[in-house]
Amino acid sequence: MRKTVIRSAAAAILVLCAGSFGSHAQDASEKEIERYREMISDPMSNPGYLAVDRGEALWSEARGTKNVSLETCNLGLGAGKLEGAFAQLPRYFADADKVMDLEQRLLWCMQNIQGLDTKDVIARRFSGPGRASDMEDLVAYIANKSNGMKIDIPLSHPKEQEMVAVGEALFYRRGGVNDFSCATCHADDGKRIRLQGLPNFSKPGKPAQETMGGWPTYRVSQGALRTMQHRLWDCFRQQRWPVPEYGSDVITALTSFLQKQAVAGELNVPSIKR
Amino acid sequence: MKRVLTLAALVLAAGSHTTSASAQTAAKAPDPALVDAYMKSTFGKAPPEWQARIEPDETLKTCNAYHNEVPSAEADKITARELARVVYPADGKFLGNWKEGAKIANNGRGGQFSDPPDTVAGGNCYACHQMEQKEVSYGTLGPSLTNYGKDRKYDPQEIKNAFTKVYDSQAMFACSNMPRFGVNKVLSEQQIKDIVAFLFDPESPVNK
Repeated sequence: MRKTVIRSAAAAILVLCAGSFGSHAQDASEKEIERYREMISDPMSNPGYLAVDRGEALWSEARGTKNVSLETCNLGLGAGKLEGAFAQLPRYFADADKVMDLEQRLLWCMQNIQGLDTKDVIARRFSGPGRASDMEDLVAYIANKSNGMKIDIPLSHPKEQEMVAVGEALFYRRGGVNDFSCATCHADDGKRIRLQGLPNFSKPGKPAQETMGGWPTYRVSQGALRTMQHRLWDCFRQQRWPVPEYGSDVITALTSFLQKQAVAGELNVPSIKR
Repeated sequence: MKRVLTLAALVLAAGSHTTSASAQTAAKAPDPALVDAYMKSTFGKAPPEWQARIEPDETLKTCNAYHNEVPSAEADKITARELARVVYPADGKFLGNWKEGAKIANNGRGGQFSDPPDTVAGGNCYACHQMEQKEVSYGTLGPSLTNYGKDRKYDPQEIKNAFTKVYDSQAMFACSNMPRFGVNKVLSEQQIKDIVAFLFDPESPVNK
């Protein structure tokens, strides 16, 4: 019920921007959307917080062949310490000898701590009608524990530096039938595709901070909590690239690069977006 | 010697930018083999024809290395190479049906992994360009094309240039952000003629 109301409100605002204002009143409609966002972006009306609650239950649920919870999983700041962990991801984990984002790390903990066969979890990586996603719920719960904190990924380990450098190269790598890269749409200020504004990620600053500070998010148009894994999967779809493997290194490299551009941005998640 | 010159050009190119990000990049761009290993881990399970699409050709390799800001010597090489790839209509006619062109300009389907494989691709021109004035939902990544033909007095050379630009944008402008629609076989020759007509037919709403 609540979901339907929010969706129709969003649809009404979208119609308003596309129809009566038109491009000439772009600023006015942007302001309207901003006002709408503020109106619904509190925990009491953001359905993304339902995912936070589900994630909290999943975190402490005993599963896998070892029948234990995830509560001893180290997300970078110590076993089971969640406060502030998301603000410092992706990062290097010595036990896995790998730089990982939150989703890669959670899969690692499921496999290594719980002895859980993650095939089913990966099959449900993106939720759909009648299909919950453990990963989306866990990310919502854990990311929420960094609210009010500033993005600050560690870059001292050579593998962390490599991740960011490769991420930057990938940001500019063109391909697919339309020769598109991330930079095609996200390397200039004040551009838009159709009526959609495009943040510039080619330099550190506010557009990157506001974007990365707002993921994971509840996508009203999809009626689902989405993480950066889904956002980049959808970017590659629109870029006319092949399907990217979930929780793989190109996604982590791009996430690391974006996080570096977003350093000092404040997290407020799950947010709510179109 | 040549290497020294190239290096000097790189330093100059990097220095001319105001943003420090691109300056840093030229200095520590990762080994291409390393980037390829990342690509393999993420896209290695895709069908071979999909993987082939993200293998950069010589032109894209240069664009990638310079983040599209190519020095003029490299730019000349690219435009010469790409111009040679343009196949002009055998009948010498560049103008198709503007009404079909209008539909192609508004169609963003095709080429996405979510599209059925037999999807006829559109040009999706409005994603980046303003065209006919009554369409208010247009992007700004490319310049406005409103009154494109009228402003060019329907000049035959400009018509040919427009065909070239849509067929292979980089034949006109090295590392242009615009897709190479003809070369990459996204649009057929007839579709490109229809788009050129949408730009140049005096009856087209682009010129009204």
